[in-house]
Amino acid sequence: MLTLSHISKTFNPGTVNEKKAITDLSLHLDKGDFVTIIGSNGAGKSTLFNAICGDFMTDSGSIVLDGKDVTFQPSYVRSKQIGRLFQDPMRGSAPHMTIEENLALAAGSGGWLSHVTKADKENFRDRLKLLGMGLEDRMKQPVGLLSGGQRQALTLMMATFHPPKLLLLDEHTAALDPATAEKVLEITKSVVEEDRITTLMVTHNMRQALDLGNRTLMMDSGGIVLDLKGEERKKMTVEDLLAQFKLQAGKNLDNDRILLS
Amino acid sequence: MDLASVLGLGQTALELGLTCSLTVLALFLSYSMLNVCDLSTDGCFTLGAAVGAVVALTGHPLLSLVAAMGAGVCSGFVTALLQTKMGVNSLLAGIIVNTGLYSINMMVMGGAALLNLKKAPTIFTLVKGLLADTPLAGQYELLTVAAAAALVVAVLTAFLNTRLGLAIRATGDNPDMVRSSSINPAFTTIVGLCISNAFTGLSGCLLGQMQKSMDINIGQGMVTIALASLLIGNTIMGRGGIFTRALGMVVGSFVFRLVYTIALRLDMPGFMLKLVSSVIVVLAISAPYLKSRWPEVQRRLDHGKEGKTVC
Repeated sequence: MLTLSHISKTFNPGTVNEKKAITDLSLHLDKGDFVTIIGSNGAGKSTLFNAICGDFMTDSGSIVLDGKDVTFQPSYVRSKQIGRLFQDPMRGSAPHMTIEENLALAAGSGGWLSHVTKADKENFRDRLKLLGMGLEDRMKQPVGLLSGGQRQALTLMMATFHPPKLLLLDEHTAALDPATAEKVLEITKSVVEEDRITTLMVTHNMRQALDLGNRTLMMDSGGIVLDLKGEERKKMTVEDLLAQFKLQAGKNLDNDRILLS
Repeated sequence: MDLASVLGLGQTALELGLTCSLTVLALFLSYSMLNVCDLSTDGCFTLGAAVGAVVALTGHPLLSLVAAMGAGVCSGFVTALLQTKMGVNSLLAGIIVNTGLYSINMMVMGGAALLNLKKAPTIFTLVKGLLADTPLAGQYELLTVAAAAALVVAVLTAFLNTRLGLAIRATGDNPDMVRSSSINPAFTTIVGLCISNAFTGLSGCLLGQMQKSMDINIGQGMVTIALASLLIGNTIMGRGGIFTRALGMVVGSFVFRLVYTIALRLDMPGFMLKLVSSVIVVLAISAPYLKSRWPEVQRRLDHGKEGKTVC
């Protein structure tokens, strides 16, 4: 589904601020893979997502999504096939527009001059019911009135309204309170499973990294230092994971927000 | 003041307010929706008036409206292109286009700084002819601009609820979201500014034809006047759906002209218009900010008092 071949990215090359964010990284994901990513601060997790989404052009290498080379595609073209959630719930929806209008943008059916139809509204309502947050009765309210958790759940729904080929979750529950985070995670799991969406999820929760999905990547200094799957992953404990990291990266996992349990 | 002159004042304010409300609606699209302060408004207004006047002088009043809007689209396209594709800061892009438009406007007017439309067939003379012998004949100017304002409000409301309209609103509302979505912000900005400047051009064209003369300074200060009207409209009818808010723009434009007309009547010299509009804009924009700072000021003042009682 997604193949990254030898991609690299250096920011501010040739200056004192030179930062090699990604170095010769290769990765292949099969359709339906749910991959969790952990790594130390500045390991290049978010940069990797930015590269996949086309926020910047990589210095070298190629990115192939569903058999199509997207290395040089601008981000708004790639975004048609990639759903993306950030840590900040405010980034994913327009605050002064109503829930209905935000959903209409995500649904994006019909031509540029098409209006939201009655059938669309019914569809939105049914979808919102699935979140179990009572949002279906607040369709005419501006999104800015929602709580962080509600907004993140809405963003998730918008990102997966038409199941994307790839879903990128960048610590999307980290800014939420534990109960809400749990709820959003539940919704994430059901959405991803239902449509078998290929997913990459950055997390700082080691337990979550092992429990969720079918594969775990560890990143350090712009590269993948550990790729766990199958039986090996099933047997892995959080302690093993930390030990493995130290072995592979030659240092302790240094993430100021890491959760071990 | 007798009733007739009060009504007369109201009528003047209404006619001017409705004509300029098209510019306010243009800013509603660019400033309130797209979050771009389009400083090319003055020049574009004059461009619309110039093109409208020149085409009307050739004997095509209806075509003059279309041409004025077309000229507005071109002007908006250049402003948008500068800021989306050529890395020019959006404020600077507006100022640059505004400056350039002065020469273009002079060119359109054939080097003359004033065009007389007294004998030219305009949209107003056209409507006057249509309404002849009906009870509404005396109100042809008001009816024409009211129809234009109603049409633009309707079109704008419908447009802002289309998928493209929603995308334009999202571009102004949350650039972060749009950057990581399938909306191309350059595209939405270009479309938004083209449409908004079409309205500005039409507005200028109507004002020129209503005044039966068109001079090169017709659009000077229009952006501030329109902003003042927009902020008044926002205060009166800022909460609600797009239609209510768009209607509020027309109301704001009328209220601004009414206040101004009354002030003129109270012997305020005509040249004060621009200072008044500047003050209104400053007040409307800074009032919420100053209000938010007030608790801090109060806290300092209270603290001073407390200090004294302790000593």
